[in-house]
Amino acid sequence: MQYSSQSVAKPYFIAAIGLFLGQILFGLIMGLQYVIGDFLFPAIPFNVARMVHTNLLIVWLLFGFMGAAYYMIPEETETELYSPKLAILMFWVFLVAGAATVLGYLLVPYATLAQYTGNDILETMGREFLEQPLLTKIGIVVVALVFLFNLTMTMLKGRKTSIGLVLMMGLWGLAVFFLFSFYNPSNLVMDKYFWWWVVHLWVEGVWELILGALLAFVLIKVTGVDREVIEKWLYVIVTLSLITGLIGTGHHYFWIGTPEYWQWWGSVFSALEPIPFFAMTVFAFNMVNRRRREHPNKAATLWALGTGVMSFLGAGVWGFLHTLAPVNYYTHGTQITAAHGHMAFYGAYAMVVITIISYAMPILRGRAANSEKSQVLEMWSFWLMTVAMVFITLFLTAAGILQVWLQRYSSTPIPFMAAQDQLTIFYWLREGAGVMFLIGLLVYITSFFVGGETKAKSA
Amino acid sequence: MSGTFTKSMARNIFFGGTVFFALLFLALTFDSMQTIPKRDNHANLTPSVVAGKKVWETNNCIGCHTLMGEGAYFAPELGNVYKRRGPEFIKAWIQSQPTGAPGRRQMPNFHLTETQLNDLVEFLKYSSEINTANWPPNIEG
Repeated sequence: MQYSSQSVAKPYFIAAIGLFLGQILFGLIMGLQYVIGDFLFPAIPFNVARMVHTNLLIVWLLFGFMGAAYYMIPEETETELYSPKLAILMFWVFLVAGAATVLGYLLVPYATLAQYTGNDILETMGREFLEQPLLTKIGIVVVALVFLFNLTMTMLKGRKTSIGLVLMMGLWGLAVFFLFSFYNPSNLVMDKYFWWWVVHLWVEGVWELILGALLAFVLIKVTGVDREVIEKWLYVIVTLSLITGLIGTGHHYFWIGTPEYWQWWGSVFSALEPIPFFAMTVFAFNMVNRRRREHPNKAATLWALGTGVMSFLGAGVWGFLHTLAPVNYYTHGTQITAAHGHMAFYGAYAMVVITIISYAMPILRGRAANSEKSQVLEMWSFWLMTVAMVFITLFLTAAGILQVWLQRYSSTPIPFMAAQDQLTIFYWLREGAGVMFLIGLLVYITSFFVGGETKAKSA
Repeated sequence: MSGTFTKSMARNIFFGGTVFFALLFLALTFDSMQTIPKRDNHANLTPSVVAGKKVWETNNCIGCHTLMGEGAYFAPELGNVYKRRGPEFIKAWIQSQPTGAPGRRQMPNFHLTETQLNDLVEFLKYSSEINTANWPPNIEG
């Protein structure tokens, strides 16, 4: 590692992987509750398991982004981090706040949690993905601001690269749009309208800047391709992301009481949203094909290529499947949405965080790359998790198509639960694929503990 | 990409394009804010509805159900449940949970008071009267 302050990234990466494991375990609980409805009831009702599953996802990705930024920014700016101590302090604040929140979800009825954490002062809870108590939300803002202060100060005293700039814009955007989570009007239409300013403008907006920057950084390192070329690609990709994704928000404004012209704006622009992901895939393969060096870390290269392909499939193709208003009229809020959500989050964000961890972690542990044995195991985990996610997505898509037919499209629509009863086989298959995903994740974690001969220390 | 397309050109397109589409999005949002009051049923936003929304939120109903298609996909859509089932059925249903039927999906009992139940029903009535461009396709949600 070139700068000693980069080492603050390590605890962030370790926490990310730990929380990832928690997310998957709760996912398996929910998957089982889809078929064995009373599993773990009343200890862990579905809504609690789901809140833990989605919130852990968000938090581990945030840990991953922060770790990535702490690792990348010193190298990009060619200077030590402004304050490594502050970074470590914020790590513990975020970890303790996150753990306390999850324990709150699991141990206290949600209404009681709301009552004791200030929800009566400012009502922000009980909205999908923004379930965190007010205190936790404030904590997230504090951690984010200190984090951004630390990195911005580092940036100001060092070299300003395009990768650094795009990353910082993404992270500042993340913090700014999170502020809309504090706005919860009684008017349900307004509530939903601006709720999407957090959710959509994160995952189909500013997070794509972070994704692009992480991918570009790793590709420079593992391929040795000229920075000018890679940064030019990065600008093209993030341009495409934002010019499609901003107006693309309209694909959420079809059926929630918003003006109907959004059906046109939303359909047209979100139909273009696969383009930046396609560009990302072409970019990753192109750079690896034009590589000027053979980096010993084969696993990191595999994850980088995988991010391109899987984000294109999950976010791009599966997003397009149900984004046109006449299609979405039937698929809105079905298992089709769940299928898209799973592959998109895995392909774009989970995989890019694993990519940077895969590249940076060996260096943080004092070697250019892990041993052959460890890398083989890591690549096994890549295929196990990725193939499992493909199957999860296919099974949920099948369930979704059947659900749409039975409940929405046929001439004799049947009630929700009657339709669900007919989807059982697909839910079982999905759970099986989920177990395969867990095995992949356990193999991944094991790869960190496999020794063997390590490659010589070099950059 | 040809050699004539430089990084600084790409950067300028990025900033220009982003600013342009951000402004377009803000303009559309501004127009939406003028149009939404015609569709959002705000005339019926009574104190009881406001209290009902809080009951909805503080019991994390969205963790299992969808409301206008947004939420979790474990339990039925509730944006139109008022029209599907009517007020009395909704109250009786909530009070009789959990069913305890073996192997069936279970809804917790949230121990709502009579006032909270009425508020929640009022909120669901208000929600069902928002103009959602004729969504969902049929009464089953």
